[in-house]
Amino acid sequence: MKELIIILISSALINNVVLSQFLGLCPFLGVSKRVETAAGMGGAVIFVITIASAFTSIIYKFVLEKTGLEYMQTIVFILVIAALVQFVEMFLKKTSPGLYQALGVYLPLITTNCAVLGVALNNVTKSYNIIQGVVNGFATAVGFTIAIVIMAGIREKTEYNDVSPAFKGSPIVLITAGLMAIAFFGFAGLI
Amino acid sequence: MNKVVERLYNGIVKENPTFVLMLGMCPTLAVTTSAVNGLGMGLTTTVVLIMSNMLISMLRNIIPDRVRMPAYIVIVASFVTIVQFLLEGYVPSLYDSLGIYIPLIVVNCIILGRAESYASKNPVVPSIFDGVGMGLGFTVGLTCIGTVRELIGAGMIFGHQIMPAAYEPITIFILAPGAFFVLALLTAIQNKVKLNISNKNNTTVSTGCSEGGCASCTNGSCGGRVFTVDKKEM
Repeated sequence: MKELIIILISSALINNVVLSQFLGLCPFLGVSKRVETAAGMGGAVIFVITIASAFTSIIYKFVLEKTGLEYMQTIVFILVIAALVQFVEMFLKKTSPGLYQALGVYLPLITTNCAVLGVALNNVTKSYNIIQGVVNGFATAVGFTIAIVIMAGIREKTEYNDVSPAFKGSPIVLITAGLMAIAFFGFAGLI
Repeated sequence: MNKVVERLYNGIVKENPTFVLMLGMCPTLAVTTSAVNGLGMGLTTTVVLIMSNMLISMLRNIIPDRVRMPAYIVIVASFVTIVQFLLEGYVPSLYDSLGIYIPLIVVNCIILGRAESYASKNPVVPSIFDGVGMGLGFTVGLTCIGTVRELIGAGMIFGHQIMPAAYEPITIFILAPGAFFVLALLTAIQNKVKLNISNKNNTTVSTGCSEGGCASCTNGSCGGRVFTVDKKEM
């Protein structure tokens, strides 16, 4: 149990997926204009990454390791993730229209989000078991959500600031991200 | 021959994936802690890009339109796996320092973007040189960022001491936040130059998807985005 909590804290805060591992930067920079959409994106990412890390861990343990095909992991994982996202989208559409309304738009965007594949590969390199893998996936996604929501909050404010013309657009967003990354260094003391 | 040169120029200068299109941000920021890593990542991506462009262009009339995305992903993932083995065998030091970012080349939007927007519509030879041009453009971008970060953060370039001994390296530049700062400054400098040019000449300025537009590159076709060209009339 203690081990799982350590994974939770270190994946969500200390090794934050966006600010220290640089995964999922595209949605982080692209979908962080409004807090609401950022939170929606975060919700969808939590949902998909948690399910995807469960599936990829299971497939790695019971299929790839049993057959000695570990080197196929990249191909298998990316296909599983792509299929899974499609499936989740269809499933949500049929069974829970409310959740689909909230997350639906963001789901197709996640298919090739490198954070999803990154988590699956990280689970393998750190040789986590299935439960640890799922916790790691969930925590990573929570870290993504924390980062993107904070970013959106800051961007809503900087929109009204007087930014020098050369820094308008992506440069000022990148500098904000850099400052956030420095702030997240502070969490290193937690463990 | 003209077509070849045009493709190379297009990839390295006109549509430079790092500075103009702002594609493939994850490896750009993550592995550029030193110039060597940036160069290694750039060349690895170039190899994958050339091979996948070539194969996709060869198969462009065979792959059914409806399943083209999964087909491209399988092709790219296979080449990435091959390249990963080659690196592990021949350049283990680079393999260790790039780590998880080698398999992540699969989801690099430059590769799927070029497959979708160029290789799937053009013959084999131009597609290969499109891959060479784009790959070298990416390599140049990564090496530039890596050099700046290594110089400021460690006082070295390609592992050679450049700064005088009295220089105290600003370590944060080879840590995570430094990546954001260096990319922000390089983009800002580029914006400044563009602004100056457009103010002086009132000529055409092409803007890439720098304005946070990379959201759509997650669907793998960002490279296919048509450039918006503002013509400023006097």
